[in-house]
Amino acid sequence: MADPQASASSNHGAGEQVELENLRSGLSGEPPAISPRRGGAKSQLSASLVDAVVAGALAAALGFFFIGLRSDIAPGGLALTQRWGALVIAVAIVFVGRLLLNLFVYKRRRSAPPKARAPKATTSRGETYARFSKAIAPVLLLVALAFPFLMIWGAPQQSRQYIDLSILILTYVMLGWGLNIVVGLAGLLDLGYVAFYAVGAYSFALLAKYLGLGFWTCLPLAGILAACWGMILGFPVLRLRGDYLAIVTLAFGEIIRVILLNWSNFTGGPNGISGVPKPTLFGYEFKSGAGGVADLLGIHYSPIQRFIFLYYIILVLALLTNFVTLRLRRLPIGRAWEALREDEIACRSLGINTTNTKLTAFATGAMFGGFAGSFFATRQGFISPESFTFLESAIILAIVVLGGLGSQIGVVIASVVMIGGIELLRNLTFLKAIFGPDFDPTQYRMLIFGLAMVVIMVWKPRGLVSSRSPTAIYKRKTRIGADMVAQGEGH
Amino acid sequence: MEYFLQQLINGLTLGSIYGLIAIGYTMVYGIIGMINFAHGDIFMVGSFIAMMMIVALGLTASAGLAFLLLALVLVLIVAMVFASVWGWTVERLAYRPLRGSFRLAPLITAIGMSIVLQNFVQVTQGARVKPLPPIVTGGFTLVTGVNGHNAVQISTMQIVIIVTTFLLMTGFSLLISKTRLGRSQRACEQDSKMAALLGVNVDRTISLTFVMGAALAAVAGLMFLLYYGVIDFYIGFLAGVKAFTAAVLGGIGSLPGAMLGGLLIGLIETFWSGYFSVEYKDVAAFSILVIVLIFMPSGLLGRPEVEKV
Repeated sequence: MADPQASASSNHGAGEQVELENLRSGLSGEPPAISPRRGGAKSQLSASLVDAVVAGALAAALGFFFIGLRSDIAPGGLALTQRWGALVIAVAIVFVGRLLLNLFVYKRRRSAPPKARAPKATTSRGETYARFSKAIAPVLLLVALAFPFLMIWGAPQQSRQYIDLSILILTYVMLGWGLNIVVGLAGLLDLGYVAFYAVGAYSFALLAKYLGLGFWTCLPLAGILAACWGMILGFPVLRLRGDYLAIVTLAFGEIIRVILLNWSNFTGGPNGISGVPKPTLFGYEFKSGAGGVADLLGIHYSPIQRFIFLYYIILVLALLTNFVTLRLRRLPIGRAWEALREDEIACRSLGINTTNTKLTAFATGAMFGGFAGSFFATRQGFISPESFTFLESAIILAIVVLGGLGSQIGVVIASVVMIGGIELLRNLTFLKAIFGPDFDPTQYRMLIFGLAMVVIMVWKPRGLVSSRSPTAIYKRKTRIGADMVAQGEGH
Repeated sequence: MEYFLQQLINGLTLGSIYGLIAIGYTMVYGIIGMINFAHGDIFMVGSFIAMMMIVALGLTASAGLAFLLLALVLVLIVAMVFASVWGWTVERLAYRPLRGSFRLAPLITAIGMSIVLQNFVQVTQGARVKPLPPIVTGGFTLVTGVNGHNAVQISTMQIVIIVTTFLLMTGFSLLISKTRLGRSQRACEQDSKMAALLGVNVDRTISLTFVMGAALAAVAGLMFLLYYGVIDFYIGFLAGVKAFTAAVLGGIGSLPGAMLGGLLIGLIETFWSGYFSVEYKDVAAFSILVIVLIFMPSGLLGRPEVEKV
């Protein structure tokens, strides 16, 4: 049981939400399956068995139609094939899994009452974390800077694949940092961030197609255009709060996608735009033969040089996003964003112009989304509305929230875990040896992705990185738990 | 005028389906204040269950009317029950552990659950569309036009959809306003802490809310299946977004609002497709939402949120 006194006496006085979280985990325990009887081991076992049977029955009901039967197109309509064997296996897995969880994981949690949070422990852990993060940041930066060469040196065969993967991850890091400004700092829930990504990508592709401009000219233009769209979206939603804002941003994202899809003679419609120019290094292209960068430097051309160049571009762009965010947090405008997140009414009472604050948050976030978009276009060389679905917005938002809302390093961790992990699932060909040659691991990728989102969120509702350092300092620098954010404490 | 009438009938049919889904969104939002993103996918799951029941029973349009009606009621009940189990499980696994946690956590698990449901159905049932031959056929001609032009027709299926929706809505409003369950549901919506202190089992009420929403979504799933005749694992997303838009348009948390919003979105979409362009019907629906929210930030029938300091 959580000791209410201990949590109340902690330095800051935990927010109502964390108290509820404590109560919930302390009183009811995560799974309420077994009532905490004191009947000893035997009744524990029987209770676990009963619970596992219930879970198995539930799995049978859930899977009855979907695993037990399969519908396929047959002559004259649809036909069903029966797969009861698979259903039995699935139910057995759920039954055994639940039983093992009950006996070994939940039991321990239930028998040992969760320790009350001692305030000292958290502060010392926070300090350790602070020292750790201070030390780890330069190390991570060095690793990121040296990464392509480490890859070429360490794994020359797969280096291209890994560099490509890290470009993808860095793109999501950048998008996550951009969205973090809107959601994490200003507290405005945006479900349509992909719209700005799309605006950036299409701005570059269209400017290149119709005016023949290059990547470096278009990059700032794409950012400015995306920022303008951020303002345009921002105006109508200024009065909206919370989830109304969420649905309007979602609608806006869909509107942009539908327009891109249907305005065929300008945007290419579903066929998209191909032949988006590659970035150049001071006007020199990455190509074989005379006039290329390799020729200029007097080295042999290899396609990997282009990948390394792209890697450094996105690394610089992402670091720029991070740097700007960190600096803005110390400016009045960044302070205003965070104040807005903490309490809008108090904000207004103190004379902060909430209109401007919201609009700048939208515009700044959108601008970085636009940069990332034009990078995406130049990396792919081809863009189509397919790439800018709601799922992308959901993934970016998931990265921000899973990492820990408002935490910069959390975004990095979540991107590596979610995007890197999902891409690695492509390589699980050894599973074919177990499940037979028909087994295709790639089709389970998104299933596992969704499950991972649920599991991580249930396990750590405040995100993977759960401590924040407020930028407004009174006397000494402190770190607070992530649950204080948006409780009037996270300034 | 005839064209207008025909579009009106089509719009009302579509709007009824949206309205049924929207109720699930608005009830869940009313009681725990979260967007249940997986609700559209529960609709899809219900649609699949109904499809498999229809195939298993071997229902075709040539069967007798009485038999067909009975069989469809059976399909409806099975789909409602199994979809409810899905709805309950989603709530239990993904939302209940996060009750009382911060606002965005259940939103993320909801999106995760939506991804899980879509991909689960895709993996187990295949990604190809499932076409179902029309079962409920026939219809009535309301206005006979000149040489077959300008005729206004209403198909039996459209009548079934509109009548079923009307009956369900009436029954559902009675359930919310008259029964004990409805009372505790409204109590939890107003103040769940106080309701818990007064002996209402809040967790169970919330679970039942999800079950009711899922059952209504399954009805919508069956209607959608019979009306359009084609489903796939992805239908839940767009229908869900539209239905949520409808719920917000009507004023989220309000049941008549959800129905009104559903009908409006259905009508806007149909009229836009009928008079302007099919491609931009989604843009039209979403633009109306944005415009309404600018002038009425809490929807058409929603209560304005009073903020205390």
